[in-house]
This record gives sequence, structure tokens and C-alpha cells, in this order.
Amino acid sequence: MSKKLINRRELIRNAAIGGAALAAPLHFVRDAHAEAYCNMPTGKTVTLGFNVPQSGPYADEGADELRAFKLAVKHLNGEGDGGMLNTFKPSSLKGNGILGKKVVFVTGDTQTKSDAARASAKRMIEKDGVVMISGGSSSGVAIAVQGLCQEAGIIFMAGLTHSNDTTGKDKKRNGFRHFFNAYMSGAALAPVLEKAYGKDRKAYHLTADYTWGWTQEESMKKFTEQIGWKTVKTVRTPVGAGDFSQYITPVLNSGADVLILNHYGKDMINSITQAVQFGLRDKVVNGKKFEIVVPLFSRLMAQGAGDAIKGVYGSTNWNWQLQDAASKAFVKSFGKEYGQPPSMAAQTCYVQTLLYANACEMAGTFSPAGVVKALEGFKFDGLGNGPTEYRAADHQCFKDVLVVRGNEKPKSKFDLLEVVEITPRAKVEYDPKIFGGELGPVNAKPC
Amino acid sequence: MFAKTARGDWLLFAIFTAVVLAAPILFAPIGAGYPDLLQKFAIYGLFAIGFNILFGLTGYLSFGHAAFLGVGSYATVWMFKLLSMNVLPAVVVSVVLAGLFALLIGYVSLRRSGIYFSILTLAFAEMSYKLAYSVLTPITNGETGLQVRNLAKAGVVNFQHGDLRILDRAFGVVEHGVPMSNLFGIKMSGWPGFYFCAAALIIGFFIAMRISRSSFGMMLRAIKSNQNRLNYTGVNTRPYLLAAFVISGMYAGMAGALLAVTDPLAGAERMQWTASGEVVLMTIMGGAGTLLGPVLGASVIKYFENIFSAINENVLHQVFSWLPQGVQDVVVSILSLFVGEGWHLTLGLLFMLIVIFLPGGLMEGLGRIVSLFKRGKAASDAAQNGQEA
Repeated sequence: MSKKLINRRELIRNAAIGGAALAAPLHFVRDAHAEAYCNMPTGKTVTLGFNVPQSGPYADEGADELRAFKLAVKHLNGEGDGGMLNTFKPSSLKGNGILGKKVVFVTGDTQTKSDAARASAKRMIEKDGVVMISGGSSSGVAIAVQGLCQEAGIIFMAGLTHSNDTTGKDKKRNGFRHFFNAYMSGAALAPVLEKAYGKDRKAYHLTADYTWGWTQEESMKKFTEQIGWKTVKTVRTPVGAGDFSQYITPVLNSGADVLILNHYGKDMINSITQAVQFGLRDKVVNGKKFEIVVPLFSRLMAQGAGDAIKGVYGSTNWNWQLQDAASKAFVKSFGKEYGQPPSMAAQTCYVQTLLYANACEMAGTFSPAGVVKALEGFKFDGLGNGPTEYRAADHQCFKDVLVVRGNEKPKSKFDLLEVVEITPRAKVEYDPKIFGGELGPVNAKPC
Repeated sequence: MFAKTARGDWLLFAIFTAVVLAAPILFAPIGAGYPDLLQKFAIYGLFAIGFNILFGLTGYLSFGHAAFLGVGSYATVWMFKLLSMNVLPAVVVSVVLAGLFALLIGYVSLRRSGIYFSILTLAFAEMSYKLAYSVLTPITNGETGLQVRNLAKAGVVNFQHGDLRILDRAFGVVEHGVPMSNLFGIKMSGWPGFYFCAAALIIGFFIAMRISRSSFGMMLRAIKSNQNRLNYTGVNTRPYLLAAFVISGMYAGMAGALLAVTDPLAGAERMQWTASGEVVLMTIMGGAGTLLGPVLGASVIKYFENIFSAINENVLHQVFSWLPQGVQDVVVSILSLFVGEGWHLTLGLLFMLIVIFLPGGLMEGLGRIVSLFKRGKAASDAAQNGQEA
């Protein structure tokens, strides 16, 4: 059907062009390998990558995380009032960048999707030459990006990610998490719930259908059943569903008297608002007032949900109304910059950036090998959560957990959560082996 | 642009090959010369080429091609988990599976044509997406995405904690840290990954070119121009359509496999209708029915998604730092609407402009430029001839 019209001369010519084209890029690649570890900073600056959701159901948290990152970079470079740099101890930070190099950053949109998050993280690693990526707001994304950073040989400082898996079965040597997890939420919440609602309760779970939802449901079930509650049913809902009415209607006739919402971000705002609209909180079931529990609570969500959250219990990593010197310093400098108090997502991202910078100073290098060594088992204070430790066995921070309740009479539009109890670290600690997984070796190879 | 002769085809193919292989240098000046984005260019280019075999040649608009992409990705990651981190078995199995899946969906959907066909494919794709997202979570791991894990200790068969990789075990491959996809030891991320994708794209392009020039391709075009006439002349068009559908499904499966090869993770969002819509946009933007168009369209869209979305106000301020402060702020505040989160807006505007002024896509634009050039040359030639005469 086809006549062979390519002659020898053409073939040779084409082959020569093709061969030259093939060989040329390899030349550049080889040059790029002349470094001791991936993206070794050689100039006067060091680049960090902040990968946060700027669209999707967790976009509000992402926006606040980005504000915190920008503030942290400012403080590291010695601009502004220094924030928690002044309260952080033991600190090796000098306010002249990291290891004398000025900190610059690039940002990316995870779209709350693993694929998009990895694409933007890869752009940061391959094009922008970052030595560390931070961010999150979805555990699915955090786990996906953490795996990528481990492969590439750079450090991942997890932002807001609450799934047990991040430092559980999916933990990686190059990844670190400051935020607390679902297990700690369960352990801290259960005694408070017992005091408030009694031992004889029937719980109905609505759960975001991904790693975070799964592990939070598991932990909440475990701890509420320990205090004698029964679990009526657990229902998985898709992330970003928008309308939860089809999931809430069955709750009404299920015989349950507590609804546990394992939702976060806009999902939680929608589901709790709809649950209240359906009259769940005015109902009396089994002779008891129907209650709603939101295990992971943030001020940004409370702001979105409005009156619906009044009196609802939950747990949080940090709250801007804490009265320690560090929290006050952070709130002051954040407020001065942006005219609003920081959320817990902002706090964890700010702290993670500082901790990374400090680890580099301690190690005297940006090499992941040195940073990992400096962070493992690092004990510190003055970053808003009291004495904290980066446990070496699973790269999880251990610190006190706050149990909060939606404020009945808020004094301002930010005064939405009141701290009910500060659960000491000892009560939420666990054996790192219970979740399985392995950290594996540190990856400090050139990329 | 190129004469439709065998010689013209070979020339086109040679130039295409050269451009693809030299992409790391050619795309560096516009900030796209890094492996991940170039991999995406090649992979989505392949996806769009395959889509174009169905849409461009037969005119059947499938709104569910992302389903095959997803099947390819999931199959690849599962092969990584079960057989080996070597990409060859994974790619072969993925393409075959995607083909079988396409056969199934095509057999049902092709009973209808026009908008009904589109809706049927869309329905199938959404069904696959929902299944992957929340029903088949033991196989797909739902929203979290399917990932490879380290080898399980002997006897453990719980995939939450470790993978089997029968072949790797049999050959005694030792893994350090995160398992990496490889081609006989060459890791498939970064530049080697790009060249693997580029090779697939070039082969895919060649096959598409041969199909388009064959009598089979002619038959597909005949279906597009007037299917009734073919039916009246006694030709049964269904087998041709089904073949085209399956071939384009296999292309999509290959693209999905490559996505997982370069980055061993499969997420359900790859099957969402937006992903199906994206390949339609790519094909139309580049030029449906042309050989090069789909690759061009795919590259433009992926470029916008990755580069434009990363530009923020700081970058704009740097670019326009030569303007006086007041003017600079105004310019930056206007332009920042179109970059960063606003990249969809820019893409939408570009798409509208192309559809309105260049219905044949970017290829029509290129064609016009070339013909303008030629006409100018022809005119000056004529003038010279006139003077000589």
C-alpha cells in the first residue's frame, strides 16, 4: 500500500539529526548531577516550595497556610517583628536566612488532588530546585507528596494533615509532621465527651472517604467504644460532595443520638449546616438530646458554619486565644500583617518552616541526611504548643492536645472556639508500632 | 502544510521525531524544559492522538475517554504491585486491559450515534469514576490513590502493608527505600522517563499516521462524511467504528500507563469527566482530524496548567519592575486575574478565540501562516518572472 520513498541519503541524514538531538540534552543532564544531594543550593538564596490547596474543598485552609509560609519566610530573613523566632528555644536561627542564604519560595496549587499535587511538587523539584516542600490540608495529598519527596531526595515538612497514616503506615524517613493526628484527637476527646454526654450513647459516623476520614473514624470508634458508646453505623461520603442531605436523612431514623462528623473544610461546613437545618440538634432520641461531634475542628470552619457550631465539641492543634508568650507573639505579628488571627493550619505551617530552618542551622547543611538527623528526637518549646518532641521512631510531634467547643456567646467574629481542656501529652501518646509501616533509609542522593 | 504524499508523511514524521527528541532544549526558553512537564506533553499528546483517531476521523465524540486513562493507570500500578517494577509487563497489560474495556463500552455505546453516543460514553466514564472513587476502594484505594509499597515480608498478603512483586522476587531484585519503576534498571522518572514517553509518542504518532493514510482510515473518514450513504451501499460500518474505538481506547490506556510509569500513583480523579473534557479541548484546540494538532493542543493546555498557574503577583511585580510604581500596581492587579488561580480564565479565552477565528484549531492557524508565506513567495516569483519576460 505504501511505497518506500525514503532513500539511503535521507535515512542517514535523518538518523544524524535524530542522534544529535538525542545526545544533546544528556549533556545538560550530566552537568546537573555535579552536586552532593538533590537541589543543593549553590547561589546566595535557598528555595522552599509551598504546595497548598488554592482551589477545592480545603481552599480556605490553603490560603491561610500560604499566609503563614510567607510570614515565616519574612521572619527567617530578618524582616518584620520576628514572631515566634523570639520565643523559640533551643533555637539556632539568626534571622539572616538559612545558613546565611536568603530564603525565597515558590508556590503551587494542589487542587486537593493527589495528581495535581504531585505535578506541582515535581515542578518545584525539577524546575525551581527546592530543597524542602511543605503544605498539605488533605492527608491524601500529604501522603502522595511525602512519597514523592522521599523518592526525589528532598525534605517534606507536612502541613495540615491529620490522618494516622501520614506518620503511620505511610511514614517516610524524609517526611516530618508537626500536626497532631486522629488517634490523639480520639484519645483527648473521649473523656470530655464522656463527662458531657454520658456513657450510654449511640453514635452515627459520616466519614470523608479517604485516608484521613478512614483513620479518624477508626480512632473515634475505638475511643468512644472504650467509654461504652455504641456505634450504630458508619457511612462514607465522597470528598467535596457539596450536598449531604442524602446522607443526613437516614441519621434521623437510625436510633443514634450522636452524629460524629469526620469531615473537614467546606465539607464539614456543609454537612453540619445541613444537619442543623434538618433539625438534628433539636431532636430528643432515647430520652437524650441529640448531639453533634466534630473531631477535627478549626476556627476557619467555625467561621464558615456560623451558628451551627455553637456548643459542638471537637479537638484542635492550636488556637489563637492561647495565652502563652509564643502564641501571643505569633498572633500579634500575623494580625499586623493580615488583619486577622491565624488558624491552626497557619500555625502548623509557620512552625514547620521554622523547624526546618533551625534543623538546617543545627546540621550546618541543607542535605536531607543532616536535616533528618537534627530533627529526629528534637525537643523544643516556645512555638505555641508548649514542650514538644519530634519522636524519632515515626517523625510525629508529641505535645498537648486542645479540646474545644463552639462558643455560645462569641465576643468577636474570630472568638468562635473556647478551649475546654488541654489534654497532656502523656494521655495521647502511643506505641509507634501499632500502625505498622517503616521509615526506611534517608534519601540524600543527588536527583 | 505537508503534501499528502508518502514523501510528505516521512518528512513530517522525521521533523516530528526530531522536535520531540530535542524538546528538552527547544522548550527550555519558555520555562517548560523540565522532565515532568515534558513527560506530560508526551503522555497527553499520545492520549489526544488516540482520541483523534475516533473523533477526528469518524466524528464520533466520546466524552468518556478518561475512563480508559484511569484503567491504564490502575492496571499499571497493580502490575507494579503484583509482578515487577519493570515497566514493560505493566505497560503491555494496561494497553490490553484498556482495549478490552473499550471493546465492552464501545460495543454498547456505538449502537447510537451523535449526542446519544456522547452521553452514553459520558455515563460509562462517570460510572467508572464513581466505582473507583467509592465502591471499588479495595482495588483503587479511593480518594487516597493507589500506591506501590515496599515488598511485603514473606507470607504477608495484606496489600495495605506490602506488595508481592512475584517476578522481582523470583529474580532476586533488592529494593532500597521507595520502589522505583524502571526499565531493566534504568529509572523511569526524570529524563529517562521522558525519553520513554517520547518513544511511545513517536511510535503512537507513526501508527496514527499509517492508520490515517490507510484504506481503513479512508473508511473512517467516509463514516464521518456520510454514514447513511455507506449503509445504503451495503457497508456495515459498526466493525470499523468499534475498531477505531478500541484503538483509541488502547492509546488512552497507554497514556494512563505512562502516567503511572513516570509516577507510580493512580488516583480516581484521572477518570473524572473533567479529564474526559480536557482531551476533547486538546483535540479541538489543536485541530481535530489533523495529525499534529492533538499533540499541539495537549502541550498548550498542559503548559497553561503548569506554568501559568504557578505565576503569582510577586513574579508579575518582578517582570514589570521597570514600570513606575502606580502603573505597575495597576498592570499587575489586572494581569494577576489571568495567572495563578486564574489560568482557567486565560485558557478559556484562548479556547474561545481559537474556536471563533480558527475553527480548524492551531493547525489551521499554522496552515494560514504557511500559505501566507507561500502566497507572498509565489507573488514575488510571479513578479520576477514578469520582469524577466
